[in-house]
Amino acid sequence: MSQPIIEFKNVQKKFGDTTIFDGFNFRVEENEIVSIIGPSGSGKSTLLRILMTLEGIDGGYINVGGESLWHMLWNGAYVPASNKHLHKMRDQLGMVFQHFNLFPHMTVKRNITEAPMRVKGLSRQEAEKSAEELLELVGLSDKADSYPNDLSGGQKQRVGIARALAMRPSILLLDEITSALDPELVDEVLDVIRNLAKEQSFTMLLVTHEMYFAREISDRVCFFDNGNIVEEGKPEAIFTDPKETRTKAFLNAYLGQ
Amino acid sequence: MIELTWDWAFVWQVLPMILSAAKVTLLATLLGSLLAVTVGLIFALLRRGPSKLIRIVVYWLMEFIRSTPLLIQIFFLYYVMPEFGISMSPLVTGVIALGVHYGAYLSEVFRSGIEGVDKGQWEASRALNLTTLDTYKDIILPQAIRPMIPATGNYIIAMFKETPQLSAITLLEMLQVAKIIGSENFRYLEPFTLVGVLYLCFSLLAAYSIHHIERRFPKEGFNLR
Repeated sequence: MSQPIIEFKNVQKKFGDTTIFDGFNFRVEENEIVSIIGPSGSGKSTLLRILMTLEGIDGGYINVGGESLWHMLWNGAYVPASNKHLHKMRDQLGMVFQHFNLFPHMTVKRNITEAPMRVKGLSRQEAEKSAEELLELVGLSDKADSYPNDLSGGQKQRVGIARALAMRPSILLLDEITSALDPELVDEVLDVIRNLAKEQSFTMLLVTHEMYFAREISDRVCFFDNGNIVEEGKPEAIFTDPKETRTKAFLNAYLGQ
Repeated sequence: MIELTWDWAFVWQVLPMILSAAKVTLLATLLGSLLAVTVGLIFALLRRGPSKLIRIVVYWLMEFIRSTPLLIQIFFLYYVMPEFGISMSPLVTGVIALGVHYGAYLSEVFRSGIEGVDKGQWEASRALNLTTLDTYKDIILPQAIRPMIPATGNYIIAMFKETPQLSAITLLEMLQVAKIIGSENFRYLEPFTLVGVLYLCFSLLAAYSIHHIERRFPKEGFNLR
């Protein structure tokens, strides 16, 4: 097996007295699309948030792109990562949020160009050219000068995707990106992800409640419960022939099978 | 018994002197507010910074500044600091005293304004790899300003009304000038009344302006195109 692009080794994570991960192991290959499904509170979102360095870990190791995420080598020993190290590691990752988290005081265009200009040092011209291409990709070329509050939920989330892509991440983390949307707006967002998955090579990790979408787009589906992967495999296997009782119960509740 | 009568001729005679002293009062307030906003912002950011030691030191420093009378701070700066070789003019002393004193109050306003910005904004900024400085400058502060305006304005008006305390270190601001006029002419009614009326006018004007600025300020925050 090749070197995985993401690897969790014996990861521990607690929130106060609540244990989220206790010796969690997980790996993702390069360009693999992995869907994470499971009941709420099972640690799905925490997994993405730890990868994006929005949450720390209490033990274990995480490798991203062959380097330790939360630790770095210093004089031959592993020490907690410095800001500089985290900054370098984050460069590979992009994240789209359930509640969009767009910058409300900035136009759509500025939302997308802000980070490439500040972090990557792109000129305004370069950044705006790339923003225009991305807006075309998500079908919002006419909204470049609008403000987020003037957009529908689906449009907001498409801007969220364009904003994450503007940083050219090799790993895209999608955290329940359609959960806050009205049902009729879900498809326009999923279409964008479908096209991304088809046309570009990305490693994608998505936490989702859209079972049909997970089945259609994923190389692998992981069913999470209580901070553990209870069952994982090809989407057909998980959705048509789940082995574990908990997976069956969950899918029954969700799909009404 | 002295009969108190309002003497308009005297009013017109002393008004130019009091208005010229009003310039000193306004200048002290303006410079004091600029310093207070700067000090307040630095205190607020330090109290959210990564160093626990600095957070505690800044907290107690602020507590100290807010819990001791402004007049003592003014006296200390003006009469004690020269013993350490630091002599400053009454205006500079006054501006520093007002700025630091009100900066300590404003830092709490700024801190709650900053904390009022949705946590998701921090998360998105981090996911986009923005530095903490860029996040404050471009994302957090532009959104935090609007809710800070009313309380900040009130503190600046309060500071304005405390400028007479600077008369204690011989700054020729309005009240000091009115007192001098009074003692020279044995008439205090008109000068003190004028000073009171001017304070009232400036305060009302300031309160109205603050309200106006707040209303005109975009709800989403300071626009960044």
